[in-house]
Amino acid sequence: MSLVLVGTSHRLAPVELRERVALGEREAADLAHALAADGWEAVCLSTCNRTELYLAAEDADAAEQRAAVVLQELPALYRLHDHAAALHLFRVAAGLDSLVPGEGEILGQVRKAAEIGATGPLLDRLFRDAVHAGRKVRSQTAISESPASISAAAAALAQQVFGNLEGRKILVVGAGKMSEQAARNLVSRGASISAVANRSLERAEELAGRFGARAVPLERAENELAEADVVVSSTSAGGFVIEQAGVEATLGARRGRPLFLIDLAVPRDLDPGIHELPGCYLYDIDDLQAVVAESLAGRRTEAARAEEIVADEAGRFWAWQASLEVVPAIASLRARAEEIRARELARARLGGLSEQDRRAVESLTAQIVSKLLHLPTVRMKEAAAGAEGGVYADVVRDLFGLEDDAGQNRLPR
Amino acid sequence: MAEAFFWAALAGYAFASIAYFRLGHVATWGVRLGWLAQTALLGVQAADANGFPWATWAGSLNLFVWLVVGAYLIWGCTPRYRLLGLAVMPLATVLLAVSYAGGGTSGHTSGYSSLFLVVHVGLVLAAFAGFTLAAGLSALYLWQDRRLKRHEARILRVRVPALVTLDNLAGRTIAIALPALTLGIIAGLIRLGLHGGGFDALMAVTIVTWAVYGGFLLLRYEAGWHGRKAAYLLLVGFALVIAVRLGLPTVHFS
Repeated sequence: MSLVLVGTSHRLAPVELRERVALGEREAADLAHALAADGWEAVCLSTCNRTELYLAAEDADAAEQRAAVVLQELPALYRLHDHAAALHLFRVAAGLDSLVPGEGEILGQVRKAAEIGATGPLLDRLFRDAVHAGRKVRSQTAISESPASISAAAAALAQQVFGNLEGRKILVVGAGKMSEQAARNLVSRGASISAVANRSLERAEELAGRFGARAVPLERAENELAEADVVVSSTSAGGFVIEQAGVEATLGARRGRPLFLIDLAVPRDLDPGIHELPGCYLYDIDDLQAVVAESLAGRRTEAARAEEIVADEAGRFWAWQASLEVVPAIASLRARAEEIRARELARARLGGLSEQDRRAVESLTAQIVSKLLHLPTVRMKEAAAGAEGGVYADVVRDLFGLEDDAGQNRLPR
Repeated sequence: MAEAFFWAALAGYAFASIAYFRLGHVATWGVRLGWLAQTALLGVQAADANGFPWATWAGSLNLFVWLVVGAYLIWGCTPRYRLLGLAVMPLATVLLAVSYAGGGTSGHTSGYSSLFLVVHVGLVLAAFAGFTLAAGLSALYLWQDRRLKRHEARILRVRVPALVTLDNLAGRTIAIALPALTLGIIAGLIRLGLHGGGFDALMAVTIVTWAVYGGFLLLRYEAGWHGRKAAYLLLVGFALVIAVRLGLPTVHFS
């Protein structure tokens, strides 16, 4: 059984090509089961960044051709077999082939693809091992820990100040997309929006309504500071919306409670002098971009460690798959040896022996057989790992007459 | 036997001090095993002694190290507090070695032992262990605060506990340690009244230390002192603890 992968991804194909072969969950499941009708195992992994068909088939060429036709013979298709195909899936599951290295969504997508696919022994094991490798990479490296976007970086920094954001209150200044996105990220980590300040009260009310917050005019934003733990600001105002003096005036009421401020606007909304105040931490767009750039560099460093884990796990999968080739031969060889042992014991007419002696003879013969077959078994498994398993299996079958079940008839008498 | 447990404890602590640089999880095992070995050492000392075995200056240092590491272990098992271990474990290693050099890990028994002495030494040392940990937390707070103030781009690479978490933990530690010191001082004063003796410099500095930590709690709950100011005040208090522990031993233990 060979493993075949045909697919395309963001690395080779622009979105215009990818969207031609992108499949929804239902379509991907239907396609996998349609391919399985040919007697193959099939899984279709389709995300916004890739569409890949994994097939396990006796005739690798036929499977590859069929998959290429299904994917409309796109010019940007890659076709991988066996080792390379398995390694590719392991890298995908680990997030090493993603646009942002280590992103977490792909692991769930790989798991889902296997669940809805038409898996058999090979693809089932392949996808299970790939998911395991993906989890291992994320638990043993820091590849997925650091934020990859401005809003995620802002939320991660807020957590450096407050730890758990549960119950923390956000003041949103400006009802635009940027501030909403950053606030959403904070809300997803447990914080809540207390007020939205905007020049247009109508837009403030619209955004505040969605989060169960209050809407206030922009000029009253400073009045909301005493209550807030985090300020997210992104307006098109020409000058500072919140001045240092305004924040300083609230420090007494805050009683040492820290204030984290995120300024996403250019020109800036928040007076940089605020950062000098005790317990106040102000990050503007440049500061956040520097954190994201460093974080992505960190992910790339971690990716090198992740590659080692992935190669190791892929190697284990391959050793398992290779062992499948020799396992039947080993099983036949052991069965044949056991059969001979039992027959010879029966011929020896041990009835005259005591029960204890008879058991000793049985044990002795079993040990001899086991020890004789130990080394050939180990060697066959080693050969399988080195891609010579098939040759060794054939030799063993030939030497011991294991070609078929009828071999029993050719036992020496 | 005591000698073997001492070396095992020292080896565990020394290993953790080095391993915390790169291998947080492995280092914590060094702390655990070292602490268990030191517990066994204290057990052997207690079994061999007729009275209270840690009433000497070096002996009390031995007990102090055990309390500090024990308190650290309560939250030292999480990777986020790795940096705290980096501060606490080298200190514990050095102090345990000093205690050994001063004979504090042998079976020496104090000439005078009484319930008041046990309570006095035990509570004061437990309080000092708490102050030491609070100082470690404050140092970590100031370091993290500086990184945030400097807008360090690499800030998310080395994860440490959040500022608010560190501040709260330090405050809670003092809220537990200060009553222990208060009771320890009272026990000492009662013993002083029963057995006689003069008021020495170490007692004076200990009372100043008590006042500093008492002031810390008062300012925290009455004036909302948190953050950098509070962290600096805890470091001042710790400087006095060092003076009491290391600077003035001969006056009190002679």
